[in-house]
Amino acid sequence: MELLIQQLVSGVATGGIYACMALSIVMIYQAIHHLNFAQGEMAMFSTFIAWQLLQWGLPYWIVIPLTVAISFSGGIAIERIVIGPLGEAAVLSHAVVFIGLYAVINSLASFIWDFTTRPFPSPFGAGSQFGNLISNQQIGMIAVTLLVLALLYAFFRYTRVGLAMRAAAENPTSARLAGIRVGLMAALGWGMAAAVGSIAGVLIAPIVFLEPNMMLSILLYGFAGAVLGGLSNPAGAVAGGFAVGVIENLAGTYVPVIGSELKLPIALLLIVIVLVFRPTGLFGRTIVQRV
Amino acid sequence: MQNRRFFLKRGIAGLLLSASLALSSPGHAAGKYDPGASDAEIKIGNTNPYSGPASAYSTIAKTFDAYFNKLNEEGGINGRKIKFISYDDGYSPPKSVEQVRKLVESDEVLLVFQPLGTANNIAIRKYMNGKKVPQLFVSSGAATFGDPKQFPWTMGWQPSYESEGIVYARWILEHLPNAKIGVLYQNDDFGKDVLKGLKIGLGDKTSTIVAALPYETSQPTVDSEVIKLKASGADAFINVATPKFAAQAIKKAYEIGWTPTQILSNVSDVVNDVLKPAGLEASTGILSTAYLKDSGDPQWADDPGMKDFYAFMDKYYPAGDKSSKSNAYAYTVAQTLVHVLKQCGDDLTRANVMKQAASMQQVTMPLFLSGMTMTTSETDYYPIKQLQMKKFDGTRWVHFGKVISSEDLQDTHKP
Amino acid sequence: MTIETSIAEQPPTTTTQRAAVAQLQRRPNARQLAIAVVCLGSTIAAPFLVSNFLIFQMTMVLVYTIAILGLNILTGINGQLSLGHGAFYAAGAYTAAILMDRWGIGYFWTLPAAALVCFVVGFLFGLPALRLEGVYLALATFALAVVTPQLFKLSPFENWTAGVTGITLAKPDAPFGLPLDQDQWLYLFTLAMTIAAYVCAHNLIARRGGRALMAIRDNPIAAQSMGVNTALYKSLAFGISALYTGVAGALGAIVLQFVAPDSFTFSLSIALLVGLVVGGVGWLPGALFGGAFVLFVPNLAESVSKGLSGAVYGLVLITLMYVMPSGVGGLLRATRAFASKRYD
Repeated sequence: MELLIQQLVSGVATGGIYACMALSIVMIYQAIHHLNFAQGEMAMFSTFIAWQLLQWGLPYWIVIPLTVAISFSGGIAIERIVIGPLGEAAVLSHAVVFIGLYAVINSLASFIWDFTTRPFPSPFGAGSQFGNLISNQQIGMIAVTLLVLALLYAFFRYTRVGLAMRAAAENPTSARLAGIRVGLMAALGWGMAAAVGSIAGVLIAPIVFLEPNMMLSILLYGFAGAVLGGLSNPAGAVAGGFAVGVIENLAGTYVPVIGSELKLPIALLLIVIVLVFRPTGLFGRTIVQRV
Repeated sequence: MQNRRFFLKRGIAGLLLSASLALSSPGHAAGKYDPGASDAEIKIGNTNPYSGPASAYSTIAKTFDAYFNKLNEEGGINGRKIKFISYDDGYSPPKSVEQVRKLVESDEVLLVFQPLGTANNIAIRKYMNGKKVPQLFVSSGAATFGDPKQFPWTMGWQPSYESEGIVYARWILEHLPNAKIGVLYQNDDFGKDVLKGLKIGLGDKTSTIVAALPYETSQPTVDSEVIKLKASGADAFINVATPKFAAQAIKKAYEIGWTPTQILSNVSDVVNDVLKPAGLEASTGILSTAYLKDSGDPQWADDPGMKDFYAFMDKYYPAGDKSSKSNAYAYTVAQTLVHVLKQCGDDLTRANVMKQAASMQQVTMPLFLSGMTMTTSETDYYPIKQLQMKKFDGTRWVHFGKVISSEDLQDTHKP
Repeated sequence: MTIETSIAEQPPTTTTQRAAVAQLQRRPNARQLAIAVVCLGSTIAAPFLVSNFLIFQMTMVLVYTIAILGLNILTGINGQLSLGHGAFYAAGAYTAAILMDRWGIGYFWTLPAAALVCFVVGFLFGLPALRLEGVYLALATFALAVVTPQLFKLSPFENWTAGVTGITLAKPDAPFGLPLDQDQWLYLFTLAMTIAAYVCAHNLIARRGGRALMAIRDNPIAAQSMGVNTALYKSLAFGISALYTGVAGALGAIVLQFVAPDSFTFSLSIALLVGLVVGGVGWLPGALFGGAFVLFVPNLAESVSKGLSGAVYGLVLITLMYVMPSGVGGLLRATRAFASKRYD
């Protein structure tokens, strides 16, 4: 029983990492309706920027907003320079551009900062809670994720810009007719996704350490969480992220023989099974198709 | 028709051959050469993961390149310059096969030096032995790379992962005979080989391993495994992980208040990369083994060998991390190659390279711990067979006990 | 309206594919025949003219060509996205390796076995995939790609798969005492397989079944109401696609003489997808360009800059997508359309 509770808490803590990532994936999906393979690398690059600023001696409370601002402009720049000119190209062409972007960012980061595994200072201090099961860093990470979620929810629900962004992504043609600048909205979406990603990166780095390949696998977990929860629903995506963390820990602990070797495959299998019964995720909206 | 083409091709090859002979013949005669060597230069090939998930290791090849630059500036080996050709294999065995064939067939290197990765080396081993090209000092601790009967052209370098496991088992049997052992291991050749060595070393006391948990490098953290190990009641924790995960495990164990006797695989025995990120307090008391001096450890600051290494890094590879274990490793293995090539004298044939590599007698290197030497023979293709235990005291590693050689482990060691 | 991520909805691809179909249904004229004969002749003669290393590289290009052909049947013709074809490639490779290594079966006979195994695996995977579309299918297949190496190193199977260290194979000699060395023979053998695979794929698409697959891609609901058994055809497409990729995997194992879990990481699946898009989605000959891209462009990027090879590779990809968003196939068609506009 004690082990079960420990694994649950630890699953929630690890799930926080995935939830963070899932949130930024949903963010960009809301803006452009594509899955961005380079999302994780963008977050990693932002985290390196934060690390570099900290190295230069700037205090934490300046570094964070500065990093978010740099990432936001970086995201807009990527959209304007790389993605925008592609226009209405096929989904697969977009996918390949994302793969290219992934390669470029990863390569640049390792060229600039090398591969050394670096500790990233935690903004929440050392120490842990609940019988040492969950560190302050993890609690802080979950709290910030929920806060960002609330802000995003309010943004998309109650602000003009948020509504315009949703409209531009859902139906570009009608949105354009309604006077919304669709291209600008997409750029804004990229900027916000990059900003959310940078927060995710800074929150995750103290736990998994900073290095150019740190996001390689987290991206998959984030995708899994986002898809499980429903790509159209940020809250669902966050819940999905936590669920992935918990399922994975339970699979690793309680499935005999192969559990510890196959905890990720088992978790993914469960997600696919869920998707078979709920093809748009647990909290996603079903879209009616017309001929 | 086909035959004519065949002859045509042979004819061109013959022409090229005689042309290259004509080019290389003038000047001081004397040398005996295979492809890749001449009076002027020695071509050395290498594959390394410059891209992909294992790209952190690319610093090894960068150090090689820097070291050979230094060597060439100082006049080369017996008057010959080293031409070092290194290709990216992305840690993918199919790509290793392609790149090694390019090195051998297109670049015509004398030998392939330190290709990295267990699977990658197994993938090219049959080819190398078929072509009779040395696959020298492979970058892997798998025990399979020291089998001169089957693969006389393939030689390892570092102590095998398996012997490391045996050393830990011996230490536990001697000092903690009633220990309950928990193992965290990376689910690949490295983790599985150390675990295998542990079991060999424990002999009939294998049941003292109460939990052995694998992890995948694709996992973000190993928190769940560490919690499970604590719950298993283990009081000796053997941490067979690569640096990032090793650091996470040490940190997590400390956070959840688990205080077993900790043994850390020497793959991750680095102060700067592992123990500092994990927390120096959490790391105090950890045991490990070593054969090299840790270049990040202040106790070697005045060591002449280490000073040379720092001077070399400053001048030839300033972007590299001086405290990185990979760089110190690469520096030492490059020196081993240079030693072998010097021994070859003017007989730079592939057969002689293997012969010289297989006749090292008590050779020592500047970054070796004192008492460590390399010895090889026609039947012994494991250059380094020695390890020494060490303990982290909160700031540095303290080496203790005698240098353990594989002869000491022989009775149960089955390669 | 379907969600935006369905592949078939995008206009450029659709025109690409329509043009391809139109081309398939035309009978070849004399000039095209002549070109085909010259191409075939030079590919057969190639191994006698170039170095063995280049022959080996060309063989690997052909292997990837077959794998991409398979992916093209699923994604290009049937409109189902897969980020996990590396898994089928691995299944084929391991089938061949285990049969040769454990049971001493001749390399040739491992190909039908790999084909059968992968067809069944692909068909079964296609059943749950029926319910998934767009990004959801992308995730399911991507997950498959990521877990593949873990499955093949699973300890209960170690007796067959040899775990992480992999299986080393013997290289086949040319049969019937032909005066060919091993590399030349493997090239010609792979070439024959590629041609056979291409002809089969070509015929499959030109017939009823192929039109049903394309109808499903272009409008699944309309296809269903016309009496096409959507579920069956989609699963079949998965099966056939996996069969192709599995045969490629088996050939790859024979050519490289080695299989190990690390040979089949998700980057293989990504490379196949990139090859498909670069060659041209829905255009069968594009697979050859895709195969060449998969093998040669990383080497090219490395020769430009070792430290930044990833960045060079990424820039090449992005630039290609600007210049020819529908791949080589799209570029060729655009050129032809341009030329015919000028001279007609």
